[in-house]
Amino acid sequence: MVTYVTLLERKFAARMQSRIGPYYVGWPHGWLQPIADALKLMMKEDIVPSAADRWVYNLAPIAFLVPCMLIFATIPFAPDLGLADLNIGVLFFLAVSSLEIVGLFMGGWGSHNKYALLSAMRAVNQIISYDLPFVFAALIPVVLAGSLQMSVIAGAQRDLWFVAYPVIGQLGFLAFLVATIAAENRVPFDILEAESELVAGFRVEYSGMKFALIQLGEYAHMLASSFLGALLFLGAWLGPGPAWLGPVWFLLKAMLVFLVVTWVRWSFVRIRVDQILAVSWKLLLPATLLLLLATAFLVVLRGGAVA
Amino acid sequence: MADSEAQKVIELGYGGNERLVMNMGPQHPSAHGVFRAILTLEGETVVAVDAVIGYLHRCHEKLGEMLTYVQYPSIASKTDYVAAMTAELAYVSAVELVGKFEVPKRAQYLRVLVAELQRIASHCLWLGTWCMDMGGALGGGATVFLYCIRERELVLDLFESLTGARLLYGFHQVGGTRYDLPAGWAQKCRETIEFIDTRVDEYEAMLEENAFFLVRTQGVGVISKVLAQEIGLSGPLARGSGLDFDLRRAAPYSSYQDFDFKVPIEAAGDCYARYRVRMVEFRESIKIVRQVLDGLPEGPISSRPGVKSVGQVRVPKGEGYARVEGARGEIGFYIVSDGGAKPYRMKVRGASFSNLAVLPHIIPGCKIADVVAIMGSVDPVFGEVDR
Repeated sequence: MVTYVTLLERKFAARMQSRIGPYYVGWPHGWLQPIADALKLMMKEDIVPSAADRWVYNLAPIAFLVPCMLIFATIPFAPDLGLADLNIGVLFFLAVSSLEIVGLFMGGWGSHNKYALLSAMRAVNQIISYDLPFVFAALIPVVLAGSLQMSVIAGAQRDLWFVAYPVIGQLGFLAFLVATIAAENRVPFDILEAESELVAGFRVEYSGMKFALIQLGEYAHMLASSFLGALLFLGAWLGPGPAWLGPVWFLLKAMLVFLVVTWVRWSFVRIRVDQILAVSWKLLLPATLLLLLATAFLVVLRGGAVA
Repeated sequence: MADSEAQKVIELGYGGNERLVMNMGPQHPSAHGVFRAILTLEGETVVAVDAVIGYLHRCHEKLGEMLTYVQYPSIASKTDYVAAMTAELAYVSAVELVGKFEVPKRAQYLRVLVAELQRIASHCLWLGTWCMDMGGALGGGATVFLYCIRERELVLDLFESLTGARLLYGFHQVGGTRYDLPAGWAQKCRETIEFIDTRVDEYEAMLEENAFFLVRTQGVGVISKVLAQEIGLSGPLARGSGLDFDLRRAAPYSSYQDFDFKVPIEAAGDCYARYRVRMVEFRESIKIVRQVLDGLPEGPISSRPGVKSVGQVRVPKGEGYARVEGARGEIGFYIVSDGGAKPYRMKVRGASFSNLAVLPHIIPGCKIADVVAIMGSVDPVFGEVDR
């Protein structure tokens, strides 16, 4: 699933750039390409730089991948189709997804490479700055629904998706998208891999399977965030048709979020580190705070949450 | 001269922090060619830059003394390999100046035609790589890059059907040009430039309405007019800093006085001003190409016979300097002849080499991300810097 998202993105990007994209591996349209990529990475030589801090270096990809995979556990794909529908699901998601910074920083530090080190510094900077707006944006649906449980939030959108709430819904969704892109380290906020400045950032020294793990983690995080966006704002599995179509609807909505993020990625230039921080602290954080306040007022005025 | 702007060594002081020395290049994804910048960093801020060049030195000036006037034009194109036509043109102009060879009107027009098409192709590559520096090969920059390369290909196709080569042409010869336009070429050329004209609109819409692009370029890497004069900048860099200087108008060569075109000037001196200058040059070049195609006179394409032997051009004793406005600025060749079939001494002035000298003056104080934006906006070609 995660690997196939890469193919989707590559095809979509190719279309935007008047190219064809992967084509030859597998008929039609290179559908075996992700598998070929994974195989290739598995067979590559695993290089550990002689100056690297071996323990930290080797552990980093795992420390990065585990939180990215863990967050999937809380997402229910249909009313009763999820690993763990925690009553604090959203909180768990937010907490664990920001744990990936540990792996990131370990990778940057352990590589003993100046590019990687700078990238790790940037990562810490950025993730601290963007976690707050991310949390506040995600709290808007939580306040509306009056619950931290994912399935309850989804169910609360039975009458009206949260994105359809006037002003609050749209702005909240927008803020959520921006914060997600930043938390996923994607262009225009991808200063930590910034290959025109820092070559490849924290993963510059990684090769083979470890590189694949980092890449996998990144796409897993992206995918999970897309699902979260679809769940919090776009009504998750709710849609016309019989109930068994629910997961399909959910997948479609998540892919929509993912493609919007991809679209942004392939149209903007990267912005500078000080500009990124300015966007977060001067614009996004006050805006999400105000939105959250407005949401709270709305809920009080209506005399209680939806669910 | 002690207080001259150009001689000031800039190093910013920050109190007591640890510094990090980082290499950018010679092998770096955003190094244009093989430029090596040794950056001294205070966190994200660059406080000093040490520029190292010479990784691509190929003894071009010595080669010029070893090869005859017939052989060298096709080597001259390897100095600035992104805009090979103008480099060739500068060399043959110098030989014609020293040898007092006439150039027929048709050849002069053809030279203008290829020089302007080359400028379009070169600016396409510049825009693409610059945006890729800022946006990343895995981001919006790559989109612009691929669009620009798509248009550059069209111009290269034109050159291919004209000369048989796509990058290094050997189109010019002493006394004129080697090839005349093939049948139907003019029509194809017109269609291509019409098409590129519409594409330039598209680039402008894509970039100038993009807030991220604006914040990355406006106010970044400001070159003052005084600094530009003292360093000896030329081309779009000088014009982006408010210097109204273009050799095509200041010292017309090859019949440039026959054509009507504007020389864009921007006062701001930042990356965005340089971008604007080049975008207007796109359109002006297209305008000149149209005028050439409309007014192309009949007649011979060279005052001298075609290439039969390597030693057939002999230049009387003398010396002279000829310069042309390349895509990156002033390209000049100084030739000393002792009356033989080879120059006695040759000196090349590369536009990129002089333009690169401005980097240590504008980079300190910037963030790392600005370094690549500034590098890209200077648009150096290392074949021309190291020669």
